[in-house]
Amino acid sequence: MEDLLIQALNGLASASSLFLVASGLTVIFGVSRIVNFAHGSLYMLGAYVGWSLVTQLPEGLAGTSVGFWGSILLAALIVGAIGMVIEVLLLRRIYEAPELFQLLATFGVVLVVQDVALLIWGPQDLLGPRAPLLRGSTEMLGVRFPRYELFLIIVGPVVLGLLWLLFHRTRWGTLVRAATQDREMVSALGVDQRRLFTSVFFLGAMLAGLGGTLQLPRESVNLQMDLAIITEAFVVVVVGGLGSLPGAFLAALLIGELHAFGILILPRITLVLVFLVMAIVLVARPHGLLGRASAPSRGAAAAPDPPIGPTPRPLIVAGAIALALLIAAPLLLRDYEISVLTELLIFVLFAASLHFIMGPGGMASFGHAAYFGAGAYGAALLAKHLGAPMLLGLAAAPALAGLLGIAFGWFCVRLSGVYSAMLTLAFAQIAWSVAFQWVEVTGGDNGILGVWPDGWARDKSVFFYLTLVLCIGASLMLRRAVRAPFGYALRAGRDNALRAEAIGIDGFRIRWLAFTVAAVAAGIAGGLFAYSKGSVFPSTLGIPRSVDALLMVLLGGVQTLSGPIVGALAFAGLQEQLMRATELWRLIMGSVIIALVLFFPQGLAGAVQKAWGK
Amino acid sequence: MTTILDVERIEKSFGGVRAVQGVSFSIEAGEMLALIGPNGAGKSTCFNMLNGQLRPDAGRVRLLGQDITGLAPRRVWRLGVGRTFQITATFGSMTVRENVQVALLSHAHRLLRFWRPAPEHFADEADALLARVGMAEQAERACGVLAYGDLKRVELAIALANAPRLLLMDEPTAGMAPRERVALMALTRDIAREQGIAVLFTEHDMDVVFAQADRIIVLDRGRLIAEGSPAAVRANPEVQAVYLGAGLVHG
Repeated sequence: MEDLLIQALNGLASASSLFLVASGLTVIFGVSRIVNFAHGSLYMLGAYVGWSLVTQLPEGLAGTSVGFWGSILLAALIVGAIGMVIEVLLLRRIYEAPELFQLLATFGVVLVVQDVALLIWGPQDLLGPRAPLLRGSTEMLGVRFPRYELFLIIVGPVVLGLLWLLFHRTRWGTLVRAATQDREMVSALGVDQRRLFTSVFFLGAMLAGLGGTLQLPRESVNLQMDLAIITEAFVVVVVGGLGSLPGAFLAALLIGELHAFGILILPRITLVLVFLVMAIVLVARPHGLLGRASAPSRGAAAAPDPPIGPTPRPLIVAGAIALALLIAAPLLLRDYEISVLTELLIFVLFAASLHFIMGPGGMASFGHAAYFGAGAYGAALLAKHLGAPMLLGLAAAPALAGLLGIAFGWFCVRLSGVYSAMLTLAFAQIAWSVAFQWVEVTGGDNGILGVWPDGWARDKSVFFYLTLVLCIGASLMLRRAVRAPFGYALRAGRDNALRAEAIGIDGFRIRWLAFTVAAVAAGIAGGLFAYSKGSVFPSTLGIPRSVDALLMVLLGGVQTLSGPIVGALAFAGLQEQLMRATELWRLIMGSVIIALVLFFPQGLAGAVQKAWGK
Repeated sequence: MTTILDVERIEKSFGGVRAVQGVSFSIEAGEMLALIGPNGAGKSTCFNMLNGQLRPDAGRVRLLGQDITGLAPRRVWRLGVGRTFQITATFGSMTVRENVQVALLSHAHRLLRFWRPAPEHFADEADALLARVGMAEQAERACGVLAYGDLKRVELAIALANAPRLLLMDEPTAGMAPRERVALMALTRDIAREQGIAVLFTEHDMDVVFAQADRIIVLDRGRLIAEGSPAAVRANPEVQAVYLGAGLVHG
């Protein structure tokens, strides 16, 4: 009984922290329609800045209440200012860009902030001081409970109340609510959108900073805080309904308690549990608990993609030359370089498979690594538990990925936009949790080792040729499918769902099939990846892997068929080189991504195509 | 004469608002039937119940004797109902010809093909349909860049791709110049006569209605208040009172 009470209170305390971050995220989304990946970074910065302020206090203030609480508030304000700078310098320039590009840009910010924090604060975990006035614990209902946790429990509802007052009792708040409902209308009424957006960003960033800096007395400050919180905050915001503050509060309570009691009752599947709840909520209520369908954006409707047309001759020539070079490569390169090239080919197929549903299908997947990973695990499990030969493993890879695609896709393709993307993320996290926590079968964090090719393919160049045939072959088949009637049916549903239905196209079935085809292709890539590395770890289906795929597709350009190929080569090549050349590869990578979003919004292949057309 | 569409006492309410109440009518092959009424009369609701976008609360819709009440729009289309929209709905990332080709591919159940490029399927058939609506010269252009009046013609070609028995046209001439309007509806009328297609259209432009419709039905506040030839409807005092107003009688 006491345990239950303590867990319930713990759950409430984490719910408060989660709500602070999620509230900022949801307010920013409501107005600007930007899904801010960098919100976790602002949270982390809040913790770091707060730590610096508290530990560098001048003589008289160090250790005092005024010093501590002053530092907390100042840290939140500083993070708010940082958020404003990000908005003014970067996001303001891309409000008209497609949703995914905005996401990409904010992910660039995540990478930059990670390295900046590493440079300033170093890699070690930092411990903050205890909070003055709130040290020790209080006895409640016969249970001793830390005072600081109690304080956090109160902070959540207080902030919700203050925000409610701000949004319902001030002119500014009324404008923000109006812009959340229909920003074109607000703009047409003569409201200065720029100032409104910047101030909203300040508020959102400040809330994230406050959430982060309030963690100081609770846990150590480290460089993993950003991605850890952002996934949870996404879940909270989506479950609550994008743009809804009470929804975010409700969802934060739900998720916080789910975590707390999950550990008590079902420690094995806590990670799955959270995402399972999210999946159930989204299937039952496609716009979250308290969310509503937002008014469609009128002004910023993106221009339709250009028609596909036949492959231009120079591109065929360039492709043929590239293929010839690849065939000759093993004769000229050393083993290590052949391995790198093998991996590049695998990523080309991985990116092409995601592009298949993102480009022609118009569905963004934040969890495409699930199918890549399913392929890798499918091959590895067969090899480990049944001692299957490699070709059988390579056949099992797309089969398992395809089954997963059929199962997950059935849910994901029902929703649209950000909600669909978040559901793909949820399913990918479920898959990741299974790989991570089902230790008996998957080896958990230790992964599965010793997944090597059979004797005949152990030579690096033989495996390279095998990869070349499978990856380029499958990528070309996908390209072919886009030009075939199936690809047109898929694009028809994306271009105009109303018209597609009115000419007998069953959009759901077409998208579901496309999702499955993409999963199968990703599975082939994953299977090859397992054998090329000789091992499989849960990270094969982790979020960073999914983000890699997104980056490749967006870098190359969603609208062009060659985009994913160019993007995969550029991204994987750049990352490989940067990681070898410098410790600060994230900083450079992030800056490159931001620059690309600002200067090549159609991606690399899109930019080339445009220049060619002139 | 064959009865193509038979609508029997359909009803639809939204909350407390009874948008359509017990409306019945039918259309013959080759006939141009205009559905008119003031704003909010229930025209669009009525329309959307015919092709399956809305399910009626009560009543029956029969196509060539077959009950199609509440079927999904794509199934209704498969049974031979073409549709154009008030705000044109085409595929912006495809050329004009490809737009028609997709409809032809769908009609032939060939969408689940993964190999031969789509532009190689039914190109001649698509061109023939485009020629019929006067869009042959623009077949290669992207639909996303067409003028509005041209888009309306493309939509008509798409709607004809499944050799429909019935065409449902929701405000087919909205947003077009007056001369273009008459031309489009005259073209529709010719095609309908030629191929025995029944056409039901809603329209605000009375010049178009009285010039092109064989018969008119008038809706007011969800009820059918008049039905008959253009001359009869024009002379109907109830219609004059609720809808046409003094202007048309005296002008």
